[in-house]
Amino acid sequence: MTTVEKPHYKVLGTRPIRHDGLDKVLGRAVYGADIKLAGLSIGAVLRSPHAHARIQSIDASAALALPGVYAVVTGADMPIADDELIDMTEEIVNARFASMRIIAHEKALFKGQPVAAVAAVDLNTAQEACRRIKVDYEPLPAVFTVEEAMAADAPIIHEHLVGTHVGEKVPHTNVAEHTQHVLGDPDAAMAKAEVTVEGEFRLARVHQGYIEPQNATAMWYRDGKATVWTSTQGSFPARNAISSVLRMPVSAIKVVPLEIGGGFGGKINIYLEPLAVLLSKKAGRPVKVVMDRRSVFEATGPGPGGVVRMKLGADKAGNLVAGTVDIRFAAGAFPGSSISAASTCVFASYRFPTARIDAYDVVTNLTKTAAYRAPGSPQATFATESLMDELAHKLGVDPVALRLQNASKEGDRRPDGIVFPRIGNVEVLEAVRDSDHYRTPLDRAGAAPGHKRGRGVATGYWQGVGNKSTVTLAVNNDGTVALIEGNTDIGGTRASIAMQAAEVLGIPALDVHPTVVDTDSVGYTDLTAGSRTTYATGAAAVKAAEQVVAELKRRAAIMWEVEATDVDFAGGVFTNKKAKDTKLTFKQVCARLDRTGGHVATTGVVNLRGSGGGSFATHVVDVDVDTETGKVEVIRYTAAQDAGTAVHPSYVEGQMAGGAVQGIGWALNEEYYLGPDGSVQNASFLDYRMPTMLDTPNIETLIVEVPNTMHPFGVRGIGESGIVPPQPAIANAMRAALGIRFPELPIKPGRILEALDAQGA
Amino acid sequence: MSQAPVEKVRIRCTINGQPADFLSAPYVSLLEALRESAELTGTKEGCNDGNCGACTVNLNGRIVDSCLVLAAEADGATIETVEGIAPPEGLHPLQQAFLEEAALQCGICTPGFLVAAKALLEREPDADEHRIRHWLAGNLCRCTGYVQIVDAVQKAQGVLRQG
Amino acid sequence: MARVFLPVPLRALAGGASTAEAPGATLGALIATLEERYPGMAEALVDPADPGRVRLGMVAFVDSEQADLGLLTPIGPDAEVHFLPHIAGG
Repeated sequence: MTTVEKPHYKVLGTRPIRHDGLDKVLGRAVYGADIKLAGLSIGAVLRSPHAHARIQSIDASAALALPGVYAVVTGADMPIADDELIDMTEEIVNARFASMRIIAHEKALFKGQPVAAVAAVDLNTAQEACRRIKVDYEPLPAVFTVEEAMAADAPIIHEHLVGTHVGEKVPHTNVAEHTQHVLGDPDAAMAKAEVTVEGEFRLARVHQGYIEPQNATAMWYRDGKATVWTSTQGSFPARNAISSVLRMPVSAIKVVPLEIGGGFGGKINIYLEPLAVLLSKKAGRPVKVVMDRRSVFEATGPGPGGVVRMKLGADKAGNLVAGTVDIRFAAGAFPGSSISAASTCVFASYRFPTARIDAYDVVTNLTKTAAYRAPGSPQATFATESLMDELAHKLGVDPVALRLQNASKEGDRRPDGIVFPRIGNVEVLEAVRDSDHYRTPLDRAGAAPGHKRGRGVATGYWQGVGNKSTVTLAVNNDGTVALIEGNTDIGGTRASIAMQAAEVLGIPALDVHPTVVDTDSVGYTDLTAGSRTTYATGAAAVKAAEQVVAELKRRAAIMWEVEATDVDFAGGVFTNKKAKDTKLTFKQVCARLDRTGGHVATTGVVNLRGSGGGSFATHVVDVDVDTETGKVEVIRYTAAQDAGTAVHPSYVEGQMAGGAVQGIGWALNEEYYLGPDGSVQNASFLDYRMPTMLDTPNIETLIVEVPNTMHPFGVRGIGESGIVPPQPAIANAMRAALGIRFPELPIKPGRILEALDAQGA
Repeated sequence: MSQAPVEKVRIRCTINGQPADFLSAPYVSLLEALRESAELTGTKEGCNDGNCGACTVNLNGRIVDSCLVLAAEADGATIETVEGIAPPEGLHPLQQAFLEEAALQCGICTPGFLVAAKALLEREPDADEHRIRHWLAGNLCRCTGYVQIVDAVQKAQGVLRQG
Repeated sequence: MARVFLPVPLRALAGGASTAEAPGATLGALIATLEERYPGMAEALVDPADPGRVRLGMVAFVDSEQADLGLLTPIGPDAEVHFLPHIAGG
């Protein structure tokens, strides 16, 4: 649904088959674990069985004596890096912490942390060698939750960590950071509020659940250079991290991104890469390391759980006057959970005249958390949208109407201070209000005996980023164009980037041939994450394509013996302004490149200074609850989201549906189930229960288009916002169905039955 | 400490219509043998414990998680992997439909889905949407939300009915 | 005169004020003005290892867009300046 007069595009809005699709349906595409190299050896990792332990000694002699073992590395092989900061785009990471995380040094800080790694002739030998490494641990007391870590007598995980608590330096703490945003005087406004709602919301740790485990293959060359093949969301940030952690210059490292089997933020940080490099250095041959599924759950970067306490104040007419929130995330063993983004997104959907946002980044003895799709926003927004629903109940008003009444618009200020440019918040809410789903009354009577039904609505926001991308175009004499870019293709971005170049050039999308290349072959390019790829790398492609057009105008001018300014270009056709019947197509000009000066190649470099306001999403869901078993069936689901301009609608719809289904899993079933020793008790896809095809209905998608003023075609990044509304929408639907507010995720059957029993009691 | 070398087992089978003949240690899974010995890396490992379906292959007419089958068990078997789905020319209607319907994002689950869906449509050409979802519930996808996969299977179903 | 929105930890330096009006043709000049008025501002805002840029982990926004020229970023006469933590996405 388009909201403004939309230009007529030839390519944007069409649905070509993605350029890399053939390889992927033929099983030919090379993902990280598929790579084959001559002399390849296989790596395995020995991981700490303790959540917190001093490592007294490591004896690898028995492992090294095993035939077929080429090398063993431990923390001694990777000195702790300097206390400098690495730009990973997603976050600024402390290199010192990163090197401590990748392999244990004096202490193991989470169960599953690498303690040693082995390279051997095959996986079985490498695993057997790991079993033969003798490690002497002195277990230490451990903490796993925010409350435990913040308790007065909590064991301190990092002796030299100095916390920053609203600007103040505080030593001897597990609270790495306490940040605060304040807008106006929220306490005074809250005291005068005619209506208030408040609640405490708890969320479990969750995993991105990508089907492909982490992997890294490395070759160390004798001149001190290394090549790393990996499934990553960002080859340049990975190069930065490997360089910092191994103290090698970036120019000595080449990262070759292979196809990636899902990321959602979880494949931004490096895990195996430095281990593979060090193993290769010692073994004198390439080493491939692939993580097993248990280790993926225990030792990669899940999304944080924690506690969110929130209070909203409004006047009788439903206008919000104040919002206060206290957000605490369990960051895992190293600082860096997504409290910043949680803080900027939590109140972003509404006009808050006053607000206070406190957020705490708390270290615990679990694997360090990482980004999970709109990181921080789902957790914080779960509280906001649950309470907005309570507010609507209290005031007796329609939940969408209440949100529309308070919706933030262009010119409004976010609580962190940023002023919104043109955004589609209102339009997306209206799309839901006017949707067939929302207008169709819920068939409560149709529920089977013992079943109850309810409908819930929620909205969500992710700001997105722009940042750095580079695209190079090389024009072929036959009128096709090679497009060289550096963004790994997780969801169809080869197509969406190529389509934007094709739109400028006036040629079919399939005449642009995109290739994703390594860090030596294209200019700096930030992550495939942050809702930035189609947006920012697309903008780079547009820039490069405009340069091609300018050059081809010059070539046409040469042929027509006029000035370049006398040449028009539209829809793939060059026209001579001085002789209007004289035209040449893009293809025709390309055929004559050699006699008008030679070949043409251009590069578009962008560093976009914002996302253009980000993308809003609103979802509506109908649930059917079996009050005897606690099973929840999602019977209808509609997702609306602002795409700015939808480049390839199928992949926009795909992002929306994918985010919704991840959110449904997060709402109803997914959680890290921890044992008392910090072990992950459900470290398999059987028990970490993600939705199957049978668990979800058809997700109806409504694409709203409010063009992004920061992109030449109005494109917005849309990959993340869709995971923010599902959890509160489902909680709100449960509230409508059962009259019970569920403030804790996941809303699993056991919890539902307990709550029903308490209600009945 | 030394370890006696393990005696490998000889496996002779048919993979995608071609004879295959290789050695595997007895503890090696069919998944590993396909990827390493037969050098067919289209079949993927997602979990190695039979819970994601990324390693789905067709073994003697039944779809299996190849991570739960020992390579040794495949001696004498007929196996179809994703690499064997396409006809000599062009694509299988399922592959074509997956491309047209954008039924893949990262594509890691796609080989498993294609093999599993092909088996369904051969067995039950008129499977309805519920049956499709039920049959494919053993294949996890984390990217697409499944909508476009169902659309693609139904599209292929339509094409196969006509053909 | 640019309007600088002070992050909460810096408000104490400015006697509790949440914003400050200050002249400065560039971000660096603006910070220098703030430092004169409220000692400690420069240390909080500037990277100790590279005086040409804002502290790593922090991003300066000028009129709601990221400053991309470090402390040389030009500041218009009625500009708004914010200092926010660095975030990207997943």
